[in-house]
Amino acid sequence: MTRFVRPGWWVIALSFAIAFFLTALPLPDWAQGWRPAWVGLVLVYWCMALPERIGLGLAWGVGLLLDVLGGTLLGQHALGLVLVAYITRKLHLRIRVLPLWQQAGGIFALVVGYQLLVLWINGALGTPVNAWACWSVALVSMLLWPWTFVVLRDVRRRYGVC
Amino acid sequence: MFNEGRGAGLRLLAFVLLSLFFMFADHRGQYLRGVRDTLSIVIYPLQYAVNLPTRVGHWVSDNLQSRVELSARLEAARQRQLLVEARLEKFEQLKAENERLRALLHSSIKVAERVLVAELMAVDMDPYSRRIVLNKGRQHGVVSGQSLIDARGVMGQVIHAGPISSTALLVTDPNHAMPVQINRSGYRTVAVGSGVANQLTLSHVPNNADIQVGDLVTTSGLGRRFPAGYPVGRVRGIERDSSRPFARIVVTPSARLGRNREVLLLIPVESEPALKTPPVLESAS
Repeated sequence: MTRFVRPGWWVIALSFAIAFFLTALPLPDWAQGWRPAWVGLVLVYWCMALPERIGLGLAWGVGLLLDVLGGTLLGQHALGLVLVAYITRKLHLRIRVLPLWQQAGGIFALVVGYQLLVLWINGALGTPVNAWACWSVALVSMLLWPWTFVVLRDVRRRYGVC
Repeated sequence: MFNEGRGAGLRLLAFVLLSLFFMFADHRGQYLRGVRDTLSIVIYPLQYAVNLPTRVGHWVSDNLQSRVELSARLEAARQRQLLVEARLEKFEQLKAENERLRALLHSSIKVAERVLVAELMAVDMDPYSRRIVLNKGRQHGVVSGQSLIDARGVMGQVIHAGPISSTALLVTDPNHAMPVQINRSGYRTVAVGSGVANQLTLSHVPNNADIQVGDLVTTSGLGRRFPAGYPVGRVRGIERDSSRPFARIVVTPSARLGRNREVLLLIPVESEPALKTPPVLESAS
């Protein structure tokens, strides 16, 4: 946590708060399956941009908060986000140099994995699962990645978070 | 930063194990209530912020109504009040009579339930389940397991009462089941949530059970979670297939799930079989 509290920590905190806000924003029933994994997107960005600062511990804490926000089993999203953060940190040097649309492809794969894990845990608990939501969430996340990336990059440069 | 290979792998393993432990402990019991409580306080300002536009919208629409419209609504409300009061007069008399008869039969006396008004927060939760957030918590007297109703019927039950807010499971959640009774025939069964909005199913009902389309389904009070006699819904469709052991029965819930601003939380009363205690004549507050 000491690595996290450095100049500009509030920018990171605010970006996560906005991601949580968008996750909890009420949507009509038909749009439920089309809500992108906002917290996942923001986490991937920060893991890629500042891997020495945003680690697995933060990812786990954020995931736990997401579990409380969604009323899901504690640890479900925490597990998913820790894996997402781990993979992103492992590959961040390679992803960074890719053009945006190729990065978006990687995001698609990451979000599919993350959603599958959540669905798998839901299934193990006996909740009927809607497998289509896994693909729709990943698709929308992929389409929104370039925009998220550009916005967060500009914010990071403007406030000198490094 | 570049040679973190083994250390990172070990940390990942530690966090994965910690997550698995958390899931296990959370699923098996209330071991992590403190964690959830603390985090729910952290998350509350955010939920408040998400709910704010809805609240402002309600406030604006409440404040920008014309005088004519308001007086029309007042008139309608007054008429309804009169009607309800007239009905209530009769109800009080029936209740007293019922209590007298039950005392004669030495059977248990139904104690009047008290209620607590809570407001729904316009916050979306996990899309795979049907849950809602209420703006009242333990400090207002909410306890886990409390039943949630609206003016038309049973909505669900509180599954987690946090310090300042609480989470409730709707009757349509696929993990929710409650003991019910067909009002007309007295047939008892279990209503299970389907995960689809506005649909419940009655489970394990044989093909020859006395149930018809349009029958009122009420809580039976078995299981001691929900008090008896509250409307749950009406039977919408029955599919009797002799090749299958049970009929498929679909019920439309009578509560307006998800469209309410205010809901009622029933404060549980001890339903011990009170044989010789005098009837309690406290009316619902």
